[in-house]
Amino acid sequence: MTTSDPANTDTPPGSDPNRRDFIHIFSIAAAVGGAGAVAWPLVHQMNPDASVLALSTKEVDISAVEVGQAIKVFWQGKPVFIRRRTPAEIEEAEQVPLSALVDPDARNDNLSGGVDATDDNRTTSSDGQATPEWLVLVGVCTHLGCIPLGTSAGENKGEFGGWFCPCHGSHYDTSGRIRKGPAPENMPVPPYQFVTDTTIRIG
Amino acid sequence: MSGHPSTYNPSSGLEKWLDKRLPIVRFGADFMDFPTPKNLNYWWTFGAILVVCLVIQIITGVVLAMHYTPHVDYAFASVEHIMRDVNYGWLMRYIHQNGASMFFIAVYIHMLRGLYYGSYKAPREMSWILGVIIFLLMMATAFMGYVLPWGQMSYWGATVITNLFSAIPLVGESIRTLLWGGFSVDNPTLNRFFSLHYLLPFAIFGVVVLHIWAFHTSGNNNPTGVDVKDVKKDTIPFHPYYTVKDGFAIVLFLIMFAAFVFFQPNALGHADNYIEANPLVTPASIVPEWYFLPFYAILRAVTFDIGPISAKLGGVIAMFGSILVLFILPWLDTSKVRSMRYRPVARMWFFLFIIACIALGYLGAKPAEGAYVMWAQIFTAYYFAFFLLILPLLGIMETPKPMPRSIAEAVLKPKSPEPAPAAVPAE
Repeated sequence: MTTSDPANTDTPPGSDPNRRDFIHIFSIAAAVGGAGAVAWPLVHQMNPDASVLALSTKEVDISAVEVGQAIKVFWQGKPVFIRRRTPAEIEEAEQVPLSALVDPDARNDNLSGGVDATDDNRTTSSDGQATPEWLVLVGVCTHLGCIPLGTSAGENKGEFGGWFCPCHGSHYDTSGRIRKGPAPENMPVPPYQFVTDTTIRIG
Repeated sequence: MSGHPSTYNPSSGLEKWLDKRLPIVRFGADFMDFPTPKNLNYWWTFGAILVVCLVIQIITGVVLAMHYTPHVDYAFASVEHIMRDVNYGWLMRYIHQNGASMFFIAVYIHMLRGLYYGSYKAPREMSWILGVIIFLLMMATAFMGYVLPWGQMSYWGATVITNLFSAIPLVGESIRTLLWGGFSVDNPTLNRFFSLHYLLPFAIFGVVVLHIWAFHTSGNNNPTGVDVKDVKKDTIPFHPYYTVKDGFAIVLFLIMFAAFVFFQPNALGHADNYIEANPLVTPASIVPEWYFLPFYAILRAVTFDIGPISAKLGGVIAMFGSILVLFILPWLDTSKVRSMRYRPVARMWFFLFIIACIALGYLGAKPAEGAYVMWAQIFTAYYFAFFLLILPLLGIMETPKPMPRSIAEAVLKPKSPEPAPAAVPAE
């Protein structure tokens, strides 16, 4: 466009603030909004997908587990320890004063947060009843995610008779509570319920 | 990127035509003609060696991706398939596997060279910072690459490292789930690690271009740390003088590389990674690759809570802090003298720093108990003290030795650190 254009002689470039402002604001708003709208799907696609979430519950038959034995089942890609404790082990776990615990929180997904890590609170299923004979834990060390030993017969159960993590030396008691070593929290109790007397549903 | 007046004269008609449209030949000619200090020693050849390492990793990596299957059920078997069935698959994989170690050997020497000769100081801060970014990208790439064979160390190394992120307050658990794409390290994790492991080397390549651009703008540092005063007397063109010097060093480096590939291909790896990943069994000890051991020792050295910061979070902060501190190094070191050749006290602390790094590497491979933890804490404290206390204070307290007035003078009088009067006739 030449300067002799009659349309430009009266209104030199930039003298019409409304139209120029409009295209600036419009394009910047579109760029910012568009960037946000595109960023969220790009990030959220990395979160667990529908097929992963679909595998979030599991039923386990526990009829074959004898007193003093424990089994490992696979749930959400992690091992779950199910231990049928002996009266001595229950006794031992119940006798521990709360003041002796590194982590005083029950870490039980079946109870609302902030309850004390008593043995009863550690063995409460989602129906609210404590079943001290059965202890159900996500068998992952709360330090850096190793699998503690002590579930299978003959494995090192640590100084407190529960579990021992070989990676960095964390000791858990017969209620799965951290007692010694670098792990900061008790092993968590997953959401579970007794479907029948011999079947547990985890998740 | 050339940073000096162009000396290229297009001779043929085609070159003249091209030079007006895409001056790519001019770019290459000026790059090769770059005036380089004439006194660079063999420690300066590691830049070129690193370029070779990157190219080797990309080429062998592209080949391996043609035969590898990123799925938890097939990954381990597909690596064995590469080793046994694919023509020269064993060679490509052993080069790629050992190439990672060679890359880190070279990068550590390259970084220590920069540290010793003060290459991070003004006006080269950007080269140094870009170098630290390259180092971080290398670490991420190497870590994800190590997960791909889906052996026991792959799986448990990935578990331990991704769990570090859960130590971050409030958002840590969400970040961990986001990294995993599930509730543990599993197939989605392997898939995304493969994708990113393929992507990041090209990101590294891009940052390498910026890294070179930056020091081609400021000019190379040199062993005396003295600025180029007279381009004619102090510098020589990069080609042929340094192409041949770098080329010779590359050949020596490749001989060592080949010795590992052909005679000790598994010496630098861990035997447990030839056991397929098993989410229900943790190996007796989880040890990262050798090049991460010093940082692993720093991570585990923090065994105590610091106020509201738990030991776990403290360890993570210390580990990342040990690398992030390098970003501010140019402003921590207060000395005006670049090269430690002329800094007798700093030099002593520097060699102690190397000893601390090697000691941390040794301790990172040991169980985290008893005296090992204590020594790891001592050397970790020294690691940070070197950057945060010693270098800032030495700049004020140390008396540097006399320096040559120019690079030319240093070359002509290599034996005498005293500036010889009238050694350079005035022009």
